[in-house]
Amino acid sequence: MAGYCSGAALQQLRWLPKTTDWRDRLRALAHGQGDIWPQAVALANEQLDFIRTNALDDLVRRRHGDAAPDTGTRPVRLAILGSSTLAHLHAPIRVAGLRRNIWITTYENDYGQYQQELLDTSSGLHAFKPDAVLFAFDSRHLAQGVHAALNQQDAAAAQEEARAMILRCWRAARAAFACKVMQQTLLDPFLPLMGSNEHRLPGSRSKFIGDLNAALRGMADAEGVDLVAVDHAVARDGLAAWYDAGLWHRSKQEVSPAAGPTYGELVARILAARQGRSYKCLVLDLDNTLWGGVIGDDGLDGIVIGQGSALGEGFVAVQEYARELARRGIILAVSSKNDEANALEPFEKHPDMVLRRTDIASFQANWSDKAANIRAIAQDLNIGLDALVFLDDNPFERNFVREQLPMVAVPEVSDDPAEVPAVLADAGYFESLAVTDDDRVRTAQYQDNRARDALLANSSDLEGYLRGLDMRMVWRRFDKVGQQRIVQLINKTNQFNLTTRRHTDEDVEAIMADPKSFGAQIRLRDRFGDNGIIAILIGRMQEHGVVTIDTWLMSCRVLGRQVEPTTLNLAAYLAAEIGATKLRGEYIPTQKNGMVRDHYAKLGFTVVSQDESGRSIAELDLQNYAPLPTFIHVSEG
Amino acid sequence: MSTIPDSQAAIYTVLSEIFNDVFMVDDMKLTPALSAKDVAGWDSFKQIEIMVSVEERFNIKLNTREIDSLKNVGDLADVIAKKTA
Repeated sequence: MAGYCSGAALQQLRWLPKTTDWRDRLRALAHGQGDIWPQAVALANEQLDFIRTNALDDLVRRRHGDAAPDTGTRPVRLAILGSSTLAHLHAPIRVAGLRRNIWITTYENDYGQYQQELLDTSSGLHAFKPDAVLFAFDSRHLAQGVHAALNQQDAAAAQEEARAMILRCWRAARAAFACKVMQQTLLDPFLPLMGSNEHRLPGSRSKFIGDLNAALRGMADAEGVDLVAVDHAVARDGLAAWYDAGLWHRSKQEVSPAAGPTYGELVARILAARQGRSYKCLVLDLDNTLWGGVIGDDGLDGIVIGQGSALGEGFVAVQEYARELARRGIILAVSSKNDEANALEPFEKHPDMVLRRTDIASFQANWSDKAANIRAIAQDLNIGLDALVFLDDNPFERNFVREQLPMVAVPEVSDDPAEVPAVLADAGYFESLAVTDDDRVRTAQYQDNRARDALLANSSDLEGYLRGLDMRMVWRRFDKVGQQRIVQLINKTNQFNLTTRRHTDEDVEAIMADPKSFGAQIRLRDRFGDNGIIAILIGRMQEHGVVTIDTWLMSCRVLGRQVEPTTLNLAAYLAAEIGATKLRGEYIPTQKNGMVRDHYAKLGFTVVSQDESGRSIAELDLQNYAPLPTFIHVSEG
Repeated sequence: MSTIPDSQAAIYTVLSEIFNDVFMVDDMKLTPALSAKDVAGWDSFKQIEIMVSVEERFNIKLNTREIDSLKNVGDLADVIAKKTA
C-alpha cells in the first residue's frame, strides 16, 4: 500500500482511538441478532473515514429502519436544505449523532427546491416535520450575479439581497416548524482575481463570500440561529481537505465526501449542545500531562514546566488552554496516581505553574485506579460521568478508563504536549452555544460549595448550619433575560427532574405568553455567594381549578438545604394566583431521576395513581395548604 | 484481459479492501474486467466514494480525464500503477 492517506484524512477525528478489528466487529454486528445500538455507538467512537462512516450508518439504518431506538436521549429530525448535492452528508451527520447516543433522522429538499419546500405546506419538508433545520448553501448559488465588473453599489446591493434571502429562509423555517435553525457558514471555493488585496475589488466573489460569512455572525446572534462554522474548519484544515474542484464539476458536491466525518461532527455537536449533552469537566492527569517528569521521583526542581525548554513551554501551553476553558465555564479536576502532598506541591510552590490549586474543583491524588478516581470526581462535583473528559498521556490509563467507563470521553493524545491543546480543541467536547454569567463564575461556585461543606463539617446540627447560611431564594417569572439559562437547564438537568420534559426556546416563550401557565426561575444566594439559577418550575392550568406541575427541576448542588419545601411554597402561591385549588405533581421515571421518585409524597402530596412503569401522579389540596416552614427567605426580584 | 498482472497484485489487495468496505461485503472478487454494470448498487455516488477512497489510500490525485476514461477495475488499477510507479 503506497502512502498512508492524504492530509485531510489524517486530521479527521484524530482524537478518537483506532482499533485493528473495527471491520470484523462491524461484520459480526451485521450478522448478529438483537439490538445493535450500544455496539454501534462503540463503533462510532473510533476514528472513521467516510467509507466506514457510510458502512456503519447503512447497518444501523437497515436494522432500525426509521424507528428511533430507546437511547435515553432526545431523537432529532433534521432537515438539510440547500442548493447543491448534500446526500453524501446525511450518513456522517447521523453517525456523529450515533457517537453521542443521539438518533438523528434526516431529510433533504429536492434538488434546488429549498425555497419552494419551505413555503409549500404540501411539500415533503412539511410532511417531514423537522425539529431542526440546517441551511447548507453553496457559495456559487449565493454569489449568482456577482462578477468582477460590478461597481461598488451593485456589489453592495447583491450582498444585501443575499443576506435578505438567508434571513427570509431562517424566518420561514422557524414560522413553519417552530424549530432550531442552523446555518452552515460558507465554504469559499472562489479564486482570487487581485491577490492579497482582493477586498479592493467590489465584484470579487471571494470577497463577497468573505463579507457574507462575517455578516452571518451578527445575523445569527440577532435571530437566535446557531452557526456551523465550516469556514473555520477550512481555515484550519486547508481548502484542499474540504473541496475538490473536479468533484464539484462531476457531482455538485461542494463539501468533499472525504470531509464528511468532520462536517457531521460540527453539526452533531450543535445538536448535542442544544440538548445539554456537551461535556462539562476536564479531568487532568499530572505527571507528563501537566508537566514533564514524575513529581514523586524528580521532585519540585526536577519536573519540566515553564520557559527555558521547548518541552516546558509545551506544558505551559497545555495548562494555559485548560485555564482558558475554566475561565469560560469548564470545570477542571485532577486525577493522579501520587501521594497527595507531592501532587499538590507544584500547584502551591512552582513559580512556572499556570494552574493553581484554586483552579481545580476536585483534586484526587492517591493510589486508587483512575476509574475509581474519576467516579469520585463525578460524585464530588455532582455531575454525570458522561460530562467528563479525561486527559492522560499514558495509553494504558486511557484504555483502562475507556473500558471501565465508556461514557467518559478519553482523547487520543501523543506524548508531545505541543500537540495536545489542538487535539482537545478539534474534539469539540465543550461545544457551547452561548456563555451565561453562571458559566463565568462556575469554578467560584464550586469553591463556595467547598466552604459550605467545611462549615457543615464544623456544625454539629444541621438546623444551626442552615440558619447560619443566611439563604435567600430570589425568584422571577420567565423572561427574555433568563431564557437562555432556563432552556439550558431544562435540557440538561437529568437527576433532580420530575418529568424530564425537554422544552425549546419556543415552548418557553409560549409559557410566558399564556395567562393560564406560570414559569419561575429560582436563584439561591447565601453568605458564601450566589448559586445562580438553581431551580425551574412550570405549572399549567389543565382543567378547572387544577394546576399540573409540568416541570420541576433543581440543581443537585443545593440538595438538602430546604430548597424543596421552599419551592413548593412558591408553586402553591403561583398556582393559587391563577385560580387553582389543587396542585397536581407528576413523576416520570428515567434512568437518571430515581432520586426524586418519592419527591411529592415527601412534601405531603397524596399519591393518586401509579402505573407499572413507576410513573405516578400525586395531588395537594391548596384550600387547606399552610406554607411549609423553612429557613429560606423568599422574594421576587 | 481478465487475469490480474503479477505486478499489480498489491494494488488489487488494497482495491479489494476498498470495494469490500464501500459495498459492505466480505469477499468481492475483483477482476480487471469487472465494471459498474456487474455490481448491484454501484451507482454514481459509490463511484465517487471509490475514487475518493482510492485517492486517500494510494495518496494520489485522479484527474477528470482519468476518471472519465475508466471503464472497469483493470483501467483503475492501471492508472494507480502508473501514478504510484
